[in-house]
Amino acid sequence: MDPEALARLEAERRRWEATTLRQALERQPERRERFSTISDVEVGRLYTPADVADLDYLRDLGFPGEYPFTRGIHPTMYRGRLWTMRQFAGFGTPEESNRRFHYLLRLGQTGLSVAFDMPTLMGYDADHPRAQGEVGREGVAVSSLADMEVLFEGIPLDEITTSMTINAPANVLLAMYVAVADRRGIPRERLGGTTQTDILKEFIAQKEWIVPPRASMKLVQDMLIFGARELPRWNVLSVSGYHIREAGATAAQELAFTLADGIAYVQAGIDAGLDVDAFAPRLSFFFDCHIDFFEEIAKFRAARRMWARIMRERFGARHPRSWWLRFHTQTAGVSLTAQQPLNNIVRVALQALAAVLGGTQSLHTNSMDETYALPTEEAVTVALRTQQIIAYETGVADTVDPLGGAYYVEALTRELERQAWAYIEQIDALGGMVAAVEAGYPQREIAEAAYRYQQQLERGEKIIVGVNAFVDETPRPIPILRIDPEVERRQVERLRRVRAERDPARVAEALHRLREAARRGENTMYPILDAVKAYATVGEICDVFRAVYGEYREPAII
Amino acid sequence: MPAEPKIRILVAKPGLDGHDRGVKVVARALRDAGFEVIYTGLHQTPEMIVNAAIQEDVDAIGLSILSGAHNTLFPRILELLRARGADDIVVFAGGIIPEEDIPALKAAGIAEIFTPGTPLGTIVEWVRRHVKPRGVAA
Repeated sequence: MDPEALARLEAERRRWEATTLRQALERQPERRERFSTISDVEVGRLYTPADVADLDYLRDLGFPGEYPFTRGIHPTMYRGRLWTMRQFAGFGTPEESNRRFHYLLRLGQTGLSVAFDMPTLMGYDADHPRAQGEVGREGVAVSSLADMEVLFEGIPLDEITTSMTINAPANVLLAMYVAVADRRGIPRERLGGTTQTDILKEFIAQKEWIVPPRASMKLVQDMLIFGARELPRWNVLSVSGYHIREAGATAAQELAFTLADGIAYVQAGIDAGLDVDAFAPRLSFFFDCHIDFFEEIAKFRAARRMWARIMRERFGARHPRSWWLRFHTQTAGVSLTAQQPLNNIVRVALQALAAVLGGTQSLHTNSMDETYALPTEEAVTVALRTQQIIAYETGVADTVDPLGGAYYVEALTRELERQAWAYIEQIDALGGMVAAVEAGYPQREIAEAAYRYQQQLERGEKIIVGVNAFVDETPRPIPILRIDPEVERRQVERLRRVRAERDPARVAEALHRLREAARRGENTMYPILDAVKAYATVGEICDVFRAVYGEYREPAII
Repeated sequence: MPAEPKIRILVAKPGLDGHDRGVKVVARALRDAGFEVIYTGLHQTPEMIVNAAIQEDVDAIGLSILSGAHNTLFPRILELLRARGADDIVVFAGGIIPEEDIPALKAAGIAEIFTPGTPLGTIVEWVRRHVKPRGVAA
């Protein structure tokens, strides 16, 4: 903006403040002294070109599909292809989840996303004492290749992309997916999808771990190498801010910790001897979309610009695809309320809209009943229809980055970026994210932010409709999904059958070779693949890692 | 006048889920309210929780669970407390627990269950009113 026009604008603003605004404030003061986002970023009364005067369009925004991708990673964005509507699903037995997958595909969903139960996430079999009461509760139970074969029965693995939310045992589940495809004769280069594999955010927020951080990073390196060699269409790693945010982080913390995790993984890939451009294009991201509408849009735009700079400037990546921040979004489970659950449909719709305006590549919309249990079929249908209404009725998908250039959105994008860079510098100073996690730094920052927000709620500075305002005591129950306790018994039975029918010598041999590879620091992915094909179980394979690397124990800090 | 003995509370996370946002916020609120709070950390078995409660000689146990395994794990904890003669420890709980599960859990001996959205003040007030130092006539 030229200095003269800027000076004129500033003078006019002062005049407006002294006259029109002042009169209005005398008649009617503002609702609050200070306005702030849900993350407590101060929000100004009015944004004008003066707030973005130093914004250089070509340097800071540019054109979609070009560096720094602030406006989107694709030149035509949703005019070319809509985002992938991908509902996270999985519960009970593999048979039940397989039926839910087929149901979602019939509804018009365009990709699968698998939720595993807690024992699977922690690398325990369904019959482990610690699995009692947990089997099939929060996701589908998978203990061996036999479960995986049932889970993907009738699903064309070469046509549908599958995302699997699995981290500590991601190597085992990826090997099982490949084993199912191998058995069906589907070439590995046609397998498309994602394993989350983001172990750092497990230590930071989601807390489903097996072995300590440094050993975990070695297993991630093995997967990056395996992916680069064998699975050209597979996203081995989805760097995830979702759980960080849900654990209580602010938007800037989610942004910063996620990108700092991304930096640690890229460094790990380079340290494993990979060329950055050989694996960086297959990295993807996963963010939360919370309820503060503009803050979320700003977060997504800032994330793209920051990652492009990190990849090009910090890591010297040359391939434009290495600069892309491709991301999946899930609406914020934590923003949903048990009180007046139908209101959640509205929250989800607004969050989904923000994700689309932020340029997401795929989207999961939460169901209204998720504060009670996993969603019923009816609830998940409404959630998916919400996306379809945004895509096909509202018109927001018809132009690229419709909020680009909005004074407030650009100013907020820059503010979140500024705050996030400060955190990243702090993490670099601690020696990178692995060291920061070992020191408990992000864990403490998140717990602090969560407590601060809870206090703001208690004081009524932040409002949640139906919880601390507009409370309605009349119970209005909605139907919820119940998990049949029989699930555990059936899973344990199948597991026993698998153990009885497999070739024990082949299993022992495969596990022995895996142990040797782990001890010698060789790539573990190939021995894992042999082990799952011999029907070694998730628990048996993870026990090898527990024996070689030890188990992680978190210091309990409050 | 002797100082009133401080109430000791074990805040525990049974089961395999890692959702510890709520448990940490509640633990801090109880500590800020003047109680002595011991937090077990994540992924605790019923045996680990009961051992910790007895070792730490607590007056109450607050359980947090969001995995859906409450119907299995809560009764097991109560049973172990009874077996160790420590069933005078008040046990309360919070998390994702469907309304229709609550009567049976209360009948089994869980003194109170706080569902999502409960203000911290409500929990603190409840503890003040219902938890007394063990061995002291209420």
